[in-house]
Amino acid sequence: MGTILKVEDLNVFYGSIHAVKGVSFQVEQGEIVTLIGANGAGKSTTLNTIAGLLHSRSGSISFLDGPLGKVPPHKIVSKGLALVPEGRRVFLQMTVQENLEMGAYTQPGASLEADLDRVYQQFPRLQERRKQVAGTLSGGEQQMLAMGRALMSHPKLLMLDEPSMGLAPILVEQIFQIIRSLHKSGTTILLVEQNAQAALSVADRGYVLETGRVVASGTGAELLASPDIKKAYLGG
Amino acid sequence: MKKLTMKCSTRMDLLTYGAVILAYVVLLVLRDGGHLSRSLTGQLVPICCYVSMAVSLNLTVGILGELSLGHAGFMSVGAFSGVIAAMSLQSAIPAAPLRLAVAMLVGAGTAAVAGVLIGTPVLRLRGDYLAIVTLAFGEIIKELVNCLLVGWDSHGLHLALNLTGNKTIADLGLEADGIAIIKGAQGSAGVTTIATFTAGFLLVMITLFVVLNLRSSRAGRAIMALRDNAIAAESVGLDLTRYKMMAFVTSAALAGAAGALYGLNFSSLQATKFDFNTSILILVFVVLGGLGNMLGSIVAAAALTILPEALRSFADYRMLVYAIVLILVMLLTNDPTLRAYRDRILAALSGKRPGKEAL
Ligand SMILES: Nc1ncnc2c1ncn2[C@@H]1O[C@H](COP(=O)(O)OP(=O)(O)O)[C@@H](O)[C@H]1O
Ligand SMILES: [Mg+2]
Repeated sequence: MGTILKVEDLNVFYGSIHAVKGVSFQVEQGEIVTLIGANGAGKSTTLNTIAGLLHSRSGSISFLDGPLGKVPPHKIVSKGLALVPEGRRVFLQMTVQENLEMGAYTQPGASLEADLDRVYQQFPRLQERRKQVAGTLSGGEQQMLAMGRALMSHPKLLMLDEPSMGLAPILVEQIFQIIRSLHKSGTTILLVEQNAQAALSVADRGYVLETGRVVASGTGAELLASPDIKKAYLGG
Repeated sequence: MKKLTMKCSTRMDLLTYGAVILAYVVLLVLRDGGHLSRSLTGQLVPICCYVSMAVSLNLTVGILGELSLGHAGFMSVGAFSGVIAAMSLQSAIPAAPLRLAVAMLVGAGTAAVAGVLIGTPVLRLRGDYLAIVTLAFGEIIKELVNCLLVGWDSHGLHLALNLTGNKTIADLGLEADGIAIIKGAQGSAGVTTIATFTAGFLLVMITLFVVLNLRSSRAGRAIMALRDNAIAAESVGLDLTRYKMMAFVTSAALAGAAGALYGLNFSSLQATKFDFNTSILILVFVVLGGLGNMLGSIVAAAALTILPEALRSFADYRMLVYAIVLILVMLLTNDPTLRAYRDRILAALSGKRPGKEAL
């Protein structure tokens, strides 16, 4: 076991808007770590910066002992860091299977069939719909597809940006089941959520973000029990 | 379904090649039998050039999903560099077909370089900057050629930029055996016209081959993925800039080859021929023919190039008929009902009826 991701004093700007202000946290091998916080707290900005889609003004990000500073996003994926972006970004005009195959794009020559089987085992629903065009899937199925597609690249760290956003409670439950089972099978996960209750229940550790700053951190259980957190994020 | 759509698209590709070959053979027979009007015979090469321009622009607009408003600029670069190459190689390569091929390669190469120069800064940006920059590029190329003086003599190529407007071709200091190739605003002059209909046909076939193969390749999948959803494409690790460049530069190079053929079809040619209107005209071919639909581009480009000439005798009704044909082409290529009908015919032709499950 070791530290897989270490973010130190990260500062990210959109023009003059200071969206992430000195955020530091780390993720250990095999953990589920969650970043929770209200809308606009800077969660997505943090993830997108780690994935290389945005550039930080200062601070450092290291992944598996190497700095990610100026690595372009397509190289970050092949290093084993996969992001499932916010808002179920699937290729709407491709079939489910073609979407998954795109996920293995950085691994030419890898055993595509075996990888597909592995993902279909995790998401039987996708297997049933593998020839269906992704645009015709329900929201929950599209979220599963986006997650399955990220798993095709054999990520050492899977970053999920609000996977439960806009889903019916029963589907939220399903998505968190899947997160649990991915964790059990050894995947390290960095989970961003507004649904603090659900996220903290599955997470080993969590960080609370408020207007771009980390204001609290601890194990999932500690944060769930903390009166401040209860009041601000858990509706009681 | 994947297999079926794949089959469907290969079938469509084969139909496209077939249509081009058929049109070539029919036109060739008609021409050699003396059944084509003089004006149509004279238009055979330009038609091939415009068809090829439309197919290559469809790569950028339809497959890559970026708007280019300066495709004629690449044609211009190809035309004048092709003319320069052909004229200065006249004694080195006496065989006209070979010289034409070399000139078209030179045209493709220079246009590709122009594509790289434009694409490198612009395609790494998000947003519709390409439209603006290609528009500017078309205008800049036009102005640049307008003040370009090029000649050739036994010492080689002579180039001068007539920025102040008071230089003439005499300032190049050509030897007595020298020839003026490009005379500023007068454009190219005294060009030995070596373009042939067969070369035009080959150009169209090669353009189709390049574009259709790129589309069905692994890279083509990536290009269409980034068109569908750039964020998702980036999150699965596609190098967006690289694939955008690949499509855009290929499109530019093909336009350059078409330009070279076009330039070598006329004894004189001005840069104003390749202006904004021409870029828009080619874009109209692509939009009418349907984004991503190569056969549509071919039909639209050929029909709309022939039509204005063919309708000359109708004088008063010319624009009316032109408009009706525009609408018909648009319907035939973009209307879902007609498209379904076309697909049914295609399926019947290949001896297979698509079942309900195929739809
Ligand atoms: N593209 C953008 N341009 C300008 N400001 C942005 C942009 N994206 C996000 N922001 C701002 O940055 C802050 C953090 O946003 P974000 O990271 O999306 O929050 P979260 O994911 O926690 O909801 C917000 O104040 C938001 O308004
Ligand atoms: Mg967010």
